[in-house]
Amino acid sequence: MTGGGFIELDRVEKVFDVRKKTGFLRWERRQVRAVDSLSFSVARGEMVGYIGPNGAGKSTTIKMLTGILTPSGGRLRVAGIDPSRERTRLAHRIGVVFGQRTTLWWDLPLIDSYKLMHRMYRIPDARYRSNLEQCVELLQLDALLDVPVRQLSLGQRMRGDIAAALLHDPEVLYLDEPTIGLDVISKARVREFLRELNTERGTTVLLTTHDLQDIEQLCSRVMVIDHGRLMYDGPLAGLHEAGESERTLVVDLERELPPIDAPAPARVVRVEGPRQWLAFPAAQSAAPLVARIAAEYPLVDLSVREPDIEAVIARMYADRATA
Amino acid sequence: MGTGRLYVAVAVGGFRRYATYRVATVAGVFTNTVFGLILVYTYLALWEERPQLGGYDQAQAVTYVWLGQALLSTLAIGGGGFEDELIERIRTGDVAIDLYRPADLQLWWLASDLGRALFQLLGRGVVPFAFGALVFDVALPSDPVTWAGFLLAVLFGMVVGFGIRYLVALSAFWLMDGTGVVQMAWLLGFFCSGMLLPLNVFPGLLGEIVRVLPWSSLLQAPADVLLGRADPLGTFAFQGVWAVALLAAGRLVQSAATRRVVQGG
Repeated sequence: MTGGGFIELDRVEKVFDVRKKTGFLRWERRQVRAVDSLSFSVARGEMVGYIGPNGAGKSTTIKMLTGILTPSGGRLRVAGIDPSRERTRLAHRIGVVFGQRTTLWWDLPLIDSYKLMHRMYRIPDARYRSNLEQCVELLQLDALLDVPVRQLSLGQRMRGDIAAALLHDPEVLYLDEPTIGLDVISKARVREFLRELNTERGTTVLLTTHDLQDIEQLCSRVMVIDHGRLMYDGPLAGLHEAGESERTLVVDLERELPPIDAPAPARVVRVEGPRQWLAFPAAQSAAPLVARIAAEYPLVDLSVREPDIEAVIARMYADRATA
Repeated sequence: MGTGRLYVAVAVGGFRRYATYRVATVAGVFTNTVFGLILVYTYLALWEERPQLGGYDQAQAVTYVWLGQALLSTLAIGGGGFEDELIERIRTGDVAIDLYRPADLQLWWLASDLGRALFQLLGRGVVPFAFGALVFDVALPSDPVTWAGFLLAVLFGMVVGFGIRYLVALSAFWLMDGTGVVQMAWLLGFFCSGMLLPLNVFPGLLGEIVRVLPWSSLLQAPADVLLGRADPLGTFAFQGVWAVALLAAGRLVQSAATRRVVQGG
């Protein structure tokens, strides 16, 4: 039955009944399929990005994985546990961070929320102390422990929330938009911490995000969901291929020249004075193209721009729609 | 017990959360004192006209007023309990966080509300009551057993009050906006708990009914134990039955509620 994955979804469905008012005292019942025959497997210790547009079914999936929503069909297991049936037992083994919500006590110093976690998850005293110490050090919470949560900045609160989710040594961590609204430095700090957590402790991480840099920097595997269906599951590089994305070569020439005669499929997409932009398939190496231009044109400088994954996904959707 | 320690920690947190708002507490004490003064003179005028109304003499009526002021915020009769927060969490979807934790939703909020109630009793209740007792002629027992019985009745009242407000809060799972229900519950609770007038003064069928409703556990029951007008054991039994019934109803509604869609992303 099980495929050996730590998180196993087999044709999982979630259907919501939505009642819509259609007239005076009249309602129309409609079924919304938030998750539709979703199957995937995540191995222990993997760090997987889970992306898709708003309303794609990401949060519904995470809620089913925590057990607060019951699937309408299919089979779902986390660490061998059926989440909705044994929510409390599972809760001791998972950590959840919702970027836009907080698990911390708003009016009280940060440390009070941690003491509560200590009791809630029945963490052995020594374990609690060492985990707290480690989180405080790595997330730089030292000066914040005695500050009421309502006085923390968004980035500080986020770090506080991540620590709160990790004190009980969860085997898997679900992160829902952990970097939303954070500044560049806070984002870098959070990512650095997650990378360490994954490599040092082997914590399995499922990361939902809109920030594609999170995925680029953290996840070797990415799953794309839309309309409740899995659109792509594989390495990040493959996503570019699936979306037939293009990289851009920006070339600075000595002087204004007519568009460079590049070998297809590379082509000039824009010219602005001595600067020209060439698009070429992301899967293809830039080297031959660069060599050719350098040989035939008075080249001053060049740079390669990676495609924006959001655009890649958008293109992938467009392809499916026309197919 | 590990579980017990968790809920003690939640209750302590509930107490401390309210304790952080000192200015609000001072303002509350002032309000309760002023409100008490207004009610005392109203009651005195009433009892002047109708001595022994509801079986209370003037000193007992005055004691009743200050007791009401001491318990108003403790029992969240005028609102301000956990329910506003829980309703907001249901509306915004934050309740999802409460649900994936290895803790029971009802026990969690009960513990939190008891912590709050205890703070309100000490922080907001004691001062207006002491003020009333010093300035006016009141009827207080000298027997410590009566006082202990009174405190126990207050504790029962806290649980019954929670039970009512928990049901009110859970309605937000269906209504999405609990404001209307909260206001209805507040109006009903204010009258039926005896906050406006002691329930003893209501004659006939209305009096019979309000005295058996759960709200009479809040103010009327502890007041009658303190004033020596009710049998403590019978009072505890009455409150206990309502507490159990309401908590059980809360559990039923909770299991139906959590099966519903948890709103929001």
